[in-house]
Amino acid sequence: MSEVRYAVGIDLGTTHCVMAAVDLAASDRDAVVERIAAIPQLTAPGAVEERLMLPSFLYLPHPDELRVEDRVLPWGESPPFVVGELARTMGGRTPIRLVASAKSWLCHPGVDRRAAILPVEAPEEVARVSPLQASMHYLGHLRAAWDQQHPEALLTEQEVVLTVPASFDPAARELTAEAAAAVGLHHLVLLEEPQAALYHWILASGGEWRKQVRVSDIILVVDLGGGTADFSLIAVTERDGSLELVRVAVGDHILLGGDNMDLALAHAVRTKLAEQGTQLDAWQLQGLTHGCRNAKEILLSDARVESVPVVVPSRGSRLIGGTLRTELTRDEVTRNLVEGFFPKVDAAARPAARARAALTKLGLPYAQDAAMPRHLAAFLARQVDATRDLEGFMAQLPTGATFLHPTAVLFNGGVFKAEPLLERTLGVLNDWLAAEGAPPARLLAGIDLDLAVARGAAYYGYVRRGGGVRIRGGTAKAYYVGVESAMPAVPGLEPPIEALCIAPFGMEEGTQAQLPPQEVGLVVGEPVRFRFFGSSVRRTDQVGTVLEQWTPDEVEELEEIEATLPAEDRQPGEVVPVRLQAAVTEVGTLRLEAVPRIGAETWKVEFDVRGEG
Amino acid sequence: MSDSKSNFFSRLALALRAGWRALVDGDFAGDLQRLEQGGWTLSAPAGVEPPKPIALRDAPPDSALQLLALLQQEGRFVDFLEENVTAYSDADMGGAARVVHEGCRKVIRDYLQIEPVREEAEGVRLTLPAGFDAAAVRLTGNVVGQPPFTGTLMHRGWRVRQMTLPKVAEGHDVRVLAPAEVEL
Repeated sequence: MSEVRYAVGIDLGTTHCVMAAVDLAASDRDAVVERIAAIPQLTAPGAVEERLMLPSFLYLPHPDELRVEDRVLPWGESPPFVVGELARTMGGRTPIRLVASAKSWLCHPGVDRRAAILPVEAPEEVARVSPLQASMHYLGHLRAAWDQQHPEALLTEQEVVLTVPASFDPAARELTAEAAAAVGLHHLVLLEEPQAALYHWILASGGEWRKQVRVSDIILVVDLGGGTADFSLIAVTERDGSLELVRVAVGDHILLGGDNMDLALAHAVRTKLAEQGTQLDAWQLQGLTHGCRNAKEILLSDARVESVPVVVPSRGSRLIGGTLRTELTRDEVTRNLVEGFFPKVDAAARPAARARAALTKLGLPYAQDAAMPRHLAAFLARQVDATRDLEGFMAQLPTGATFLHPTAVLFNGGVFKAEPLLERTLGVLNDWLAAEGAPPARLLAGIDLDLAVARGAAYYGYVRRGGGVRIRGGTAKAYYVGVESAMPAVPGLEPPIEALCIAPFGMEEGTQAQLPPQEVGLVVGEPVRFRFFGSSVRRTDQVGTVLEQWTPDEVEELEEIEATLPAEDRQPGEVVPVRLQAAVTEVGTLRLEAVPRIGAETWKVEFDVRGEG
Repeated sequence: MSDSKSNFFSRLALALRAGWRALVDGDFAGDLQRLEQGGWTLSAPAGVEPPKPIALRDAPPDSALQLLALLQQEGRFVDFLEENVTAYSDADMGGAARVVHEGCRKVIRDYLQIEPVREEAEGVRLTLPAGFDAAAVRLTGNVVGQPPFTGTLMHRGWRVRQMTLPKVAEGHDVRVLAPAEVEL
């Protein structure tokens, strides 16, 4: 059973998980045999159904709430928690026991991600879980579902590709890999979600993709999922006569997605009802959100419909008298959704900034500015030089361009099933391009908006074994540690910090950076913490480069890193000079090590995920 | 068939052998007597199977209750039917009907694959050949003569191509269509 039979792609999404597989033995070159793996899950107490998506929700029931036989899964287990569709339904009625958006918590720098903090609103007696554990539960469910359907090819023995947002920082990537390892998935690589979407586009084109892009194209991937917005830029280059793809930039982590949009519409309708004197409780609001989502889909898919009735059923068994009836109009959708989330702004627009202090509050750092095009404008402007070092790209960017000009766009995520939202986004981008005299960007179509990430990930697992084109790129940031400047200290002033580069931009998987010439001191037996920085724009810094000053737009502070030197045969308190070395593992995580001047021993430097920084 | 319906000479040989053995073997004689009086049937007379009586069976209630629970869960079907509708205005009825229609339709689409029995438009004339499936097409009106029958399609009919209901755990009480809800 050591033969790897499948490449399995897992999209561990903020709101949904999807699993897809490529049959390695049955696939050859462009003829790829792939499919979506159905995920059995509880859909009602005692009822199990197979669905293509597993809602990323975890419900922690009261011991008296569900009988053991009502939460039994097809593989015979009945864990004390519920995952998937039933978790979402039950959580709608009892939110204090529902864990949602665990993935966003996993990369929330303000909290300890190994601590049992979820659900945040849960009362004392509920045994909470950590963001890491929640992710483990989802992966554990997927693994059990797969194993039950493939007893001859267990998931732990397959090539697993797990996707993460391109904007995930090194600590969040490591936590994701850790969650996977905890459920036995050691045969693992991480893949950025926008890349996975592009892989799916390549797969779906059936070999035709080479005709749809050309050398010096810059592909913008806009991935708008249920909970997050993720941008990437991928350049098309040429090597030895064949096309090559290079991921040149990724955007910031933005908590803004389709769920925010549905909620915004429901709140608009709730306000309208409140003005008419009808107050809705939380249960009814849930029904209203559901009704608005359906009504929105009708309005956005048929331009002739002016309004769609929305009914909120009563909670009690008296359905007829107790049902509230209202309607969602085209004007409301346009005002709240199209203009609220996709306004026509110019290329110089920037999102309203979030004060860093706001992160200390216990809650998810949702995007302050809901206008997606402003985030996109900021991203493209920051990455204006992203293709400067690639041959043949600078010529097409006119001097004085204020942002990088994409030539093609790939949209992903369920939000873009609404044609008008896709057209609006493309239209806004093309207005910016026209203002700088550039041709409009082409639309790359043909992907499965809900399932593309998992399917592309499975395809990537196949491609890694030599089956097709790969996207190169490596790490999308250069990394730095903060070292105290050698300048004499000024009383009353914090000693100035310099940033020492330890990992250059674009490190590939399975490579190791050089040792920097500079040493830092570790104290034996005591944890020593360093400030840690990343830059998505400084592409030319090498290991050992020292920055004395920088702008917040250029270099961003990440969570601290921490090294502890075991006492062993040294005196506690002794200072040992070490150099910090970075490597990118085969899995795709960043690993930092402290290397002493003498001796072959090295010590791992940990990302601090306790959120105290 | 050649064994049980042998020719005359082998039957004569058998009669002589059996007669002799009946004389010398008491047990065999007893068996032969019972066989001769019809107490035993050693082999069924070939080719003339008696028509099996068609048994009526009870339809197991589980999947019906499960479907009803789904219709209630998604479309408030039982709530709707259990209400006294005479007291309400058509506008109230309309609001509730939307809930029922949307939810029940979702259940039907999600769990059943329903297709028309006949693809023709209602109102057209069509001809049913001999051997048509009487369970799928019902004849009405002037039902006389021999097929092929020609008539007008009054209703296209519906047929379930496939049905996939959720799997139910052993011990799960399907009679509870909707649990009572108590908010603490």
